[in-house]
Amino acid sequence: MLKDITIGQYFPGRSPVHNLDPRVKIILTLVYIVLLFVAGNPAALAFGVVMLLVFYLVSRIPLKMILRSLRPVVPIILFTAVLNMLFVDGRTLWQWWIIRITAEGLQTAVFMAVRIICLIAGTSLLTYTTSPIVLTDGIERLLSPLKRFRMPVHELAMMMTIALRFIPTLVEETDKIMSAQKARGADMESGGLVQRAKALVPILIPLFVSAFRRADELAMAMECRCYRGGEGRTRMKQLKIASRDIAASVVMAACLGSVIALNLVIR
Amino acid sequence: METAVIKTEQLTHTYSQGTPFEKTAVADVNLEIARGEFLGVIGATGSGKSTLIQHFNGLLQPTSGKIYVDGQDIWADPKAIRQFRFKVGLVFQYPEYQLFEETVYKDIAFGPGNMGLPPEEIHKRVTEAARFVGLTVEQLDKSPFELSGGQKRRVAIAGVLAMEPEVLILDEPTAGLDPRGRDRILGQIKEYHQQRKNTILLVSHSMEDIANYTTKVLVMAKSRVAIYDEVEAVFARKEEIEGLGLSVPQVSRIFTGLRREGLDVPENVYTMGYAVRKLLERYPQGKEAGPHA
Amino acid sequence: MNKIIEAEKVSFRYEEEDTTRLVLKEVSLEIPAGQFLAILGHNGSGKSTLAKHFNAILLPMGGRVLVEGMDTREEEHLYDIRQRVGMVFQNPDNQIVATIVEEDVAFALENNGVEPAEIRRRVDEALKAVGMYEYREHAPHQLSGGQKQRVAIAGIIAMRPRCIVLDEPTAMLDPKGRREVLATIHRLNKEEGITVALITHYMDEAAQADRVVVMDEGVILLDGSPRQVFSQVETLKNVGLDVPQTTELVHELRAAGWKLRPDIIGEEECIREIAAYLKGQAVPS
Repeated sequence: MLKDITIGQYFPGRSPVHNLDPRVKIILTLVYIVLLFVAGNPAALAFGVVMLLVFYLVSRIPLKMILRSLRPVVPIILFTAVLNMLFVDGRTLWQWWIIRITAEGLQTAVFMAVRIICLIAGTSLLTYTTSPIVLTDGIERLLSPLKRFRMPVHELAMMMTIALRFIPTLVEETDKIMSAQKARGADMESGGLVQRAKALVPILIPLFVSAFRRADELAMAMECRCYRGGEGRTRMKQLKIASRDIAASVVMAACLGSVIALNLVIR
Repeated sequence: METAVIKTEQLTHTYSQGTPFEKTAVADVNLEIARGEFLGVIGATGSGKSTLIQHFNGLLQPTSGKIYVDGQDIWADPKAIRQFRFKVGLVFQYPEYQLFEETVYKDIAFGPGNMGLPPEEIHKRVTEAARFVGLTVEQLDKSPFELSGGQKRRVAIAGVLAMEPEVLILDEPTAGLDPRGRDRILGQIKEYHQQRKNTILLVSHSMEDIANYTTKVLVMAKSRVAIYDEVEAVFARKEEIEGLGLSVPQVSRIFTGLRREGLDVPENVYTMGYAVRKLLERYPQGKEAGPHA
Repeated sequence: MNKIIEAEKVSFRYEEEDTTRLVLKEVSLEIPAGQFLAILGHNGSGKSTLAKHFNAILLPMGGRVLVEGMDTREEEHLYDIRQRVGMVFQNPDNQIVATIVEEDVAFALENNGVEPAEIRRRVDEALKAVGMYEYREHAPHQLSGGQKQRVAIAGIIAMRPRCIVLDEPTAMLDPKGRREVLATIHRLNKEEGITVALITHYMDEAAQADRVVVMDEGVILLDGSPRQVFSQVETLKNVGLDVPQTTELVHELRAAGWKLRPDIIGEEECIREIAAYLKGQAVPS
């Protein structure tokens, strides 16, 4: 049961998108987001949608994963759509009491909804094709210029790595503690909200105690291996910009150019 | 009249059924455990013994097959499964990591409290369980987190003893303890068994402990029951046991060697006391001058 | 012979404990280069505390510890000392930092600012030395206990230490994991010449060492070869320790008047000793 939880939403694979340098991938994702907001007319936005579909096909991530990534943001999409639908002025299509739907409103609503969907699906592609570790690494390296401004970039990345490392361990531990308490007759399935919250105490306390113990031991093990923060640290794996990264960047730049052109041509 | 306290029929458990990670951990186990038995359970990691014991108190539900406790099918009414958790007490590996209450007393009382017993009865059981594992009255008011590792372990065991289960299952109760802590806990369990005459299942990697404390042994291998027999009979099948990645007590191996050297010693030796007694019996003249004299 | 570690009259007490009880009482111990030393003792005997002094995790309150002549209390030597004396702990889960095996092995080298190409070479070498090279791209939670512990050892030997201190490295492992880890430690000692200090309460592990030190109540009680130490059956039992069943059997028979050699450890040795002893006598009645 608990064991089935996957970390992040990484979809292992060897596609061209998977193989991009994480730094390039993060930047290209940002560019894509910009592109979505630059797109000012339906044609330009449609171009953005087509781009997204092509990216998913190239990365060999099943298209139904787009739906999965959207599930948590459905309320936001609906809320934005309804808001736009109701409050944009224009030609009335349908009216009841003070509620009035205009053609322009409907158009904006659809437009905004599509934009948000592309935004979410686009950023999800980044997490689908990049393992959390590589992603952390990419973020650390992209942000490393900020170290000059006393931003604890290395420390944040280290915390992230350790968290990722210990999630499976703690999940397994939670499973064990739950079984142990159930063996002592703990009832976690019945009762009201308060009762259920109370039933969590015998699980959470041992879990916290154990997490602190682990943290303590890990800190000692890290000290034994000469850990002293990010200063003077090297990395075994160096990230290198390959030709495919340059190619991907050129394609993205061309797409951005096309969207700007579409904005200017169709209006 | 039902003599088996636990009985399984074609018990099978498959994890992650229907996924690529599908794995059958227990396959077609048919077993009867007699009331009052002190049973050892051995098997390499991944042999299915942990999965099997978690079926006995209904923590895991079989994929197919049946489990009877006291002759009752425990999954006849899934809602009533908790009552079987009180009948069959299970002490997990490293049980000290389940302690959570403010005081040792309250922690031991957790199980009996869940049973819905009246306060006087809970008090009686907590004090008795604490006495069994050698905890003092002062220790009962301490926080369990102040105790030493071995003491914490005994508190956790007391927490299960206090439910007064008919069957007590201990999964490697001495893992990580030093020899003194190990002897102490196993000694207390043995005494508990002698006084209560209940059924005990001891899962252990230590063949010496199995030889010293249990009377019957269940050997699990590749998800199935490989051997289920009296302890002498099990350790007599030395080659088979070693083929399963397990070992026999060192003293048994010494006696096999002595027989190979042509000495007239019995085969079924697996504890130190018995070994010494047999050697002295067979060779009373050993006291006389030998080659080193 | 040159000494890797010299502890001179080391005393130590944990400050958070309100007792004034010393955990270590003027303990002196020298570990020569290349030795396989086992330190035995029951829980609370001070053996782990002593071990943590060997690479400056703890600093002595009285006396001093020298690692290849460097005093552990001198801060400027801290990383030199930690590089020379690596430490492996009991719980394999709590000492693996990275999410991929090879990255974890690289951790210490990255901390020490080693060149990337050199890290790669040493990581591969260390993983091969513990027999975990094929698992280099696995996540730690996919490994068995024994495998995780070998990864932890690789993470230490990648620093190319002179000495490894292992604090009950097999206590949480199953017999198979124990065998794997012990074989690895012995190989590193014999083939790579790494000095080993193995803290344990498994007597069979100590029996294979070059030298055994028994600790009790913060002092060294016995110090000698496994034969010398294990022949002290009564002393060991009094401080809550076991002896191998071979030694115990001989001890019991000697107590009954058999004139066997007292310092028996190995199984074959024990069989031959008893057989030869009895055959040298009249045919049994």
